[in-house]
Amino acid sequence: MVDEECCSPAITSLIQDLKRGKRMRYAETGYNLEIDLSRGNIEKVATDPKETELYLGGLGTNAKLIWDRVPPEVEPFSPDNLLIFGAGLLCGTPATGCNRTIVSTISPQTRLLAFSMMGGFWAPELKYAGYDKVVLRGKSPDLVYIWIHDDKVELRDASHLRGKGAVETAELIKQELNQPKAQVAAIGMAGENRVYYASIEQGRSSASRGGIGAVMGDKGVKAIVVRGTRDLNIARPEEFLGLCNEVLDYIKYREEHPIPGVMPILAGLGSPQEMKVHDEKWHTENFMWGNSRERRKGFWTDEIAKEWTETMEKARTRLISCFNCPMKCGATISMPGLPTYMMKCFTKLTYTMGAFSDLDFGLRIAQKATEYGVDGFSAPQVMAFAIELLENGILSKDDFPGMPEDNEGRFFYLLDMIVRREGIGDLLANGTYWAAKEIGNGAEEFAHNNIKKTEQLPLKLSMLNPIYFLMYSTGEKINITQIEGQFPQAPFPTREAREEFVKDWIQVPDDRFKQYFVDWELRGENSMPFYPTVEMCCDIVDWQERMHYIDDALGQCAGLSSFPLKPPYHIHNYPKFISAGAGIEMDEEKLTAAAKRYRTLVRAINIRRGMRRKDEKPPANHWKKRFPELEEQLLDAYYKLKGWNRDGIPTAESLRELGLDYVSEDFIQRGILGDDEAADATANQQAATAQ
Amino acid sequence: MTSKKKTIKNIKIDVDKCNGCRACEVICSSFHAMPKYSSNNPARSRIRVIHDPLRDIYVPVYAGEYAVAECAGRDKYVIDGKEYDECAFCRAACPSREEFKEPDSGLPLKCDMCEGEDEPLCVKWCLVDALTYEEREEEVIVEEEEAPDEIEIGLETLINKHGLDKLLDTVEQLAKDKS
Repeated sequence: MVDEECCSPAITSLIQDLKRGKRMRYAETGYNLEIDLSRGNIEKVATDPKETELYLGGLGTNAKLIWDRVPPEVEPFSPDNLLIFGAGLLCGTPATGCNRTIVSTISPQTRLLAFSMMGGFWAPELKYAGYDKVVLRGKSPDLVYIWIHDDKVELRDASHLRGKGAVETAELIKQELNQPKAQVAAIGMAGENRVYYASIEQGRSSASRGGIGAVMGDKGVKAIVVRGTRDLNIARPEEFLGLCNEVLDYIKYREEHPIPGVMPILAGLGSPQEMKVHDEKWHTENFMWGNSRERRKGFWTDEIAKEWTETMEKARTRLISCFNCPMKCGATISMPGLPTYMMKCFTKLTYTMGAFSDLDFGLRIAQKATEYGVDGFSAPQVMAFAIELLENGILSKDDFPGMPEDNEGRFFYLLDMIVRREGIGDLLANGTYWAAKEIGNGAEEFAHNNIKKTEQLPLKLSMLNPIYFLMYSTGEKINITQIEGQFPQAPFPTREAREEFVKDWIQVPDDRFKQYFVDWELRGENSMPFYPTVEMCCDIVDWQERMHYIDDALGQCAGLSSFPLKPPYHIHNYPKFISAGAGIEMDEEKLTAAAKRYRTLVRAINIRRGMRRKDEKPPANHWKKRFPELEEQLLDAYYKLKGWNRDGIPTAESLRELGLDYVSEDFIQRGILGDDEAADATANQQAATAQ
Repeated sequence: MTSKKKTIKNIKIDVDKCNGCRACEVICSSFHAMPKYSSNNPARSRIRVIHDPLRDIYVPVYAGEYAVAECAGRDKYVIDGKEYDECAFCRAACPSREEFKEPDSGLPLKCDMCEGEDEPLCVKWCLVDALTYEEREEEVIVEEEEAPDEIEIGLETLINKHGLDKLLDTVEQLAKDKS
């Protein structure tokens, strides 16, 4: 008999759990923190281990909560919208690079599910504090921040932080709590003012897509601050560590063996190494800049290369990582006269090129943008869009009172107007799609680079790429870098090189993928857009998407998994990680089914909100040469493979197979699926059983 | 006084190479969990990355001896224009800070170089080479000092408690009684 009185609180609560017959939880904590901001009520809620088996964690269980609790009538800025910060299932375990927070809510920009993510240090800290998720509902009457310190959770006044930058806020809070080790996820002014592309910033990382920062601002939450000092348990310790060591060894191997024949940023692991690599010829010359308009061939001269290298080397004090990861995808940036901030990846280029300026300007305005908390893809495009409307007489000078004459000055001015929602900034703060609708007068023609109402990377290419067509069209992540990966973006020029590439391609789910690649030619019969064939394209996209969705449930960074070629994590070792880490028996088939289950649930949430086939298309000018007939075939075949009907709606039969009967019941009730489809599904199932 | 050869184990810390990922803290706490690797918790780690990213301070420090009291005065170091507290380099678990203490009990933690492993695991897991392991032979001077025996220790305690005079009186008295 153990005397509870003498034990630490952690052990006491463990003993109480065991007495209640609660199952021991591994890798996850088994608790969510539910906070009702309207009433100031905070609860620690035990979660059902069955849900983990079905939906894993992170995005999977986030989606389940949104399906269950946020019906389609709920508007993004309704108190009934949930804002969920979910740590992935394996976050906080020693699995390298597993540190992502998946933030899910209904997006003000798309009115669909947003599930933007961030790396950094926040999710592991939440696990060590004893929680898997923070689920926010309601709205706080006053601006607050949430302070989570193990078992102690409080809402604290944040009125003194109103208008403060996101990075600044984190520093101020850590000082006032005297908690230098606390991790802070905060919004800046953009979030407070509900800018539709406001981000949530967390030191070196940010969750930026879909305007989740605006929902946080709407809920009256300036920051969530976490410090945790608890243990996280592993089901089969020796086996799990063995797997982790294999991953580390493979990372070392890949560092020493970059993939030959692809551009440097695709040869190694991690996110594109924008902070480390100076050569930007490919990006700067191949993307369409400004409001996704102008391709700047010949831009990357020796002179520019020299100037940018100097600027970067002077500004960059260190290359930095996220929690428990050897990749150095971020950097600390100090521009003379400006506060220090941290940057990752592509923001380096988006402002610079969006404004047709230089890197010095880009790094300066990115400092402001980080403090304000805006998405680095959308914000520069929206600003370039405004300038374009001005130049084309759709907006006039009077719409921009006090705007400086110089190019850089105009961008700083616009950024300020947007995050403050002042004047024209109030419209621009809603993104190009909604702003164009409001402005009218032909403005909609200029909002030309959106998918599902959100600005995209400014890529405009010549020949339709059927794989990318499918990803752009059907992706619900609204960010191509979070869907693509694994399969090379283009064929290698020679068959020998392709054969060499597939020799040690252990990551493929099946050897047929190797054949797809070996037979893929730059020209001739086996070239794009008709090769890979429709069937192969569907297969490839399904694999790529599956790996991303698994990452998003486990909290694994795509940079070591679904994004690069030949990553250390793949469909063959993931089931072992889940079994040994979380103690959930898993194999490739079961994992594939789980990923398909919550991927379908994500789609179901959006279908219930009105998304249909008509919404599933890339920007009209994304490729010059289009093939409407082929594109229809691709969509038809892909929908079929996914178990969706011609309109992109998951069929009753496929829902039943995934154990999502509650979704089809809801669909039938709402008239999204007909009764007959349900009846068909039942008949088919009975026939299958009879056989 | 004589000298003898001793193997000195050291972890060389290159603060310029640290990327602040804290993998060292993860694997350390995992290795020292009971049973081994059964849980992890950086708050139990015997190595800590003392860091302040905005000031570009990254110092991995591994736990040394426990100190009963905090230092009376503490210095500041300015290196390459960055100001460090002396504590940033200090390996002691001490009352002035929460580093190197078990979160539940507050008991001090000390690095044991991952006994039984080829090298400390923080080094193995530091792929950016901020931590490297070195062993070297060193001549150490050993003071020849005879270990006090049990009676001596016992008597010393009694002297401390009662004073030498009282002890001698008592011994004398006892001797008389016995004879």
